Amino acid sequence: MKSDSFDFTAALQKALADPQIGGNFRGALDGLRGKRLALFNDAEELASLRATGKALKARVLSRLPELLTQLEANCEKNGIRVHWAETTEQANRIVLSILRECGADMVVKGKSMVSEEMGLNRFLEQNGVEPVETDLGEFIIQLAVEPPSHITAPALHKNKLQVAEIFHRCVPGAPYTENVEELNAIARTTLREKFRTAKAGLSGVNFAIAETGTLVLVENEGNGRMCTHVPPVHIALMGLEKVVEKLDDLPPLMRLLTGSATGQLLSTYVNAITSPRAEGELDGPREVHLVILDNGRSTMFADPELSGALRCLRCGACLNNCPVYVRVGGHAYGSVYPGPIGAVITPQLEGIDNKGDLAGASSLCGACEEVCPVKIPLAGHLRRIRAEGQAAPGEGCVRGAGAKRSLVERLAWTAWAYTETHPRLREYLLRAAALMGDKLPEVGPLKTWTAARTAPRVAPKSLRQRVREEGIRHE
Amino acid sequence: MNHPALSGPVRFFGTCLADAVFPDAGMAAMRILDHLGCSVVYPLEQGCCGQPAYNSGFPEQARTVAMQQVRAFRGEGPIVVPSGSCAGMLKFHYPRLFADHPQYFEVAAFSERVVEYFDFLVNVLDARFEDKGPPVRVTWHSSCHALRETGSTQAAKALLGKLCNVELVELSREFECCGFGGTFSVKRPEVSAAMARDKVEDIRATGAQVVLTADCGCLMNITGTARKLGYDITGMHLAEFIWGRINEK
Ligand code: SF4
Repeated sequence: MKSDSFDFTAALQKALADPQIGGNFRGALDGLRGKRLALFNDAEELASLRATGKALKARVLSRLPELLTQLEANCEKNGIRVHWAETTEQANRIVLSILRECGADMVVKGKSMVSEEMGLNRFLEQNGVEPVETDLGEFIIQLAVEPPSHITAPALHKNKLQVAEIFHRCVPGAPYTENVEELNAIARTTLREKFRTAKAGLSGVNFAIAETGTLVLVENEGNGRMCTHVPPVHIALMGLEKVVEKLDDLPPLMRLLTGSATGQLLSTYVNAITSPRAEGELDGPREVHLVILDNGRSTMFADPELSGALRCLRCGACLNNCPVYVRVGGHAYGSVYPGPIGAVITPQLEGIDNKGDLAGASSLCGACEEVCPVKIPLAGHLRRIRAEGQAAPGEGCVRGAGAKRSLVERLAWTAWAYTETHPRLREYLLRAAALMGDKLPEVGPLKTWTAARTAPRVAPKSLRQRVREEGIRHE
Repeated sequence: MNHPALSGPVRFFGTCLADAVFPDAGMAAMRILDHLGCSVVYPLEQGCCGQPAYNSGFPEQARTVAMQQVRAFRGEGPIVVPSGSCAGMLKFHYPRLFADHPQYFEVAAFSERVVEYFDFLVNVLDARFEDKGPPVRVTWHSSCHALRETGSTQAAKALLGKLCNVELVELSREFECCGFGGTFSVKRPEVSAAMARDKVEDIRATGAQVVLTADCGCLMNITGTARKLGYDITGMHLAEFIWGRINEK
């Protein structure tokens, strides 16, 4: 997605003005939040599970290059072809060339955020290949020609009536119905034909196990499995942070992923793909390809602080619990990854100059960190990106560092620091403000503040004055 | 939180907002400590904890201001802070802010001494009060940092529970931020205002006469929004409320 002209303020205002967004998101997210809480009702167990999750992923990061090499070797040994892509452009080209080789002019797709990050669908369309989204949520928004609004629930912004309308309008021959069973049946009939005829299927990867060369996919609909098992060619896409050490690491990570995402103990389908169809086997693809995407991740990896974000399991819990996300929805962020984790990684993937504003979309309340299964310090990361945005030339290592540098703001904070380190001056200014009473000029921050609130009144006597006058011991 | 041993005076960190806008809250908090037999000292050189600059991406300015506090509170013994947000800043973020700086140990020693006010009252002083006020129905707003950083919400609520004529009605979304977030409220005013409005509606839905909190930032945001909306909602810092209940005639 191109972002140069992205106006975050306008996007937020538009989202806040749309009653449907508020309604659809709050309703759906309350449900997800509740299910998560119900599953993780034992605080102690959850704490130890999260500590395990964090430790496992942190260990992966401590030996990432080595594990990726091991993953590649074991995949190749199993007959899975591994491709490396530094940029999304390269990844797109790799996918296209595999599709061309097998003569596919249509590809069935399971859910994959990395493919969104790559802008794969548009690229394929421009190159004469039809991508067909088969995850129900993705199917809906593909018909509506919209990007996903949530990491795990892409069509979260649509309610049943909207889906009914989209199906009727976009699926040839589909009657108008608000019956969920019938809506499901429409999607199923449409997709079955695609599964049957597709020459290639595409999927994401939740965990890639280095020790065994296994690709693990978690899903609830079974359509993902149709994509990976029915067509003769399967292409799996992953960001390089998805590698884990061994099979034994899977149970806790899986529990954290599904529990945090949807409050499920386990998802309905867990696919472990270790090789293409072997001699004598009756099903499965003849070819399996794994595309490993960097796209800025190795830069994140090089930063000892921000690399924490690479622990992310993409469970979406931070979105579900974010008071900003719940009100504005995913589209307002103008990026593939919305919500707290999006505000942390998007400025890193697309540059602070392009997407640095996203880091401001948080009151730093910490609700995201509280639920993150791998304990990513999201608020701390947001703070760091804000500081990188203000960095002086030569400082800062995130791409576009210093892009938000504002002289006015810098001067204001420096003046503030001066006042705060000169208590007498501070007291004098406070007294002056108190004397103005409600005649304080409403400019700058005070003007913004009073758009939605009454102005705070500076007390006639400050606490410090009263301490002196009313006999509190001071020093 | 770890609780520093109680010997000698208790130093009081008033917070910049109590100093400028809510001195009654600060005075009440100190009077309660005095009432409970503590020797309270208010260092005059203190000011803001530095959080606004820290959160806005100006760590250098935040450090300058932080060192002012560290110097103002030189000495030993607990530093009590009637705000979960400022307490969290002083206790947990100062060491982070100075992680790679020569002042680290001095700052860390300061942070060790910091305790949130109600946490101190309940868990160090084991405070109990005689409630002399008339029956009242209140609701409680937790600042995000009292809830998630200092973990002092429980203490505040426990104290509230000990006031026999006070009925506490909980907010349906206590876990959700009121939208203040310091500079967030002016940097992302559209979202902040939406959050504040929802919080005010949630408070109204409880039918409580008073909303109590332990953070002057939230208090200013919530009451300011309520007034702008034309609602008659009384907001008060819990310390001020308690001081009123003890002294009711
Ligand atoms: S940051 Fe944490 S909570 Fe958010 S999607 Fe990633 S793992 Fe889940």
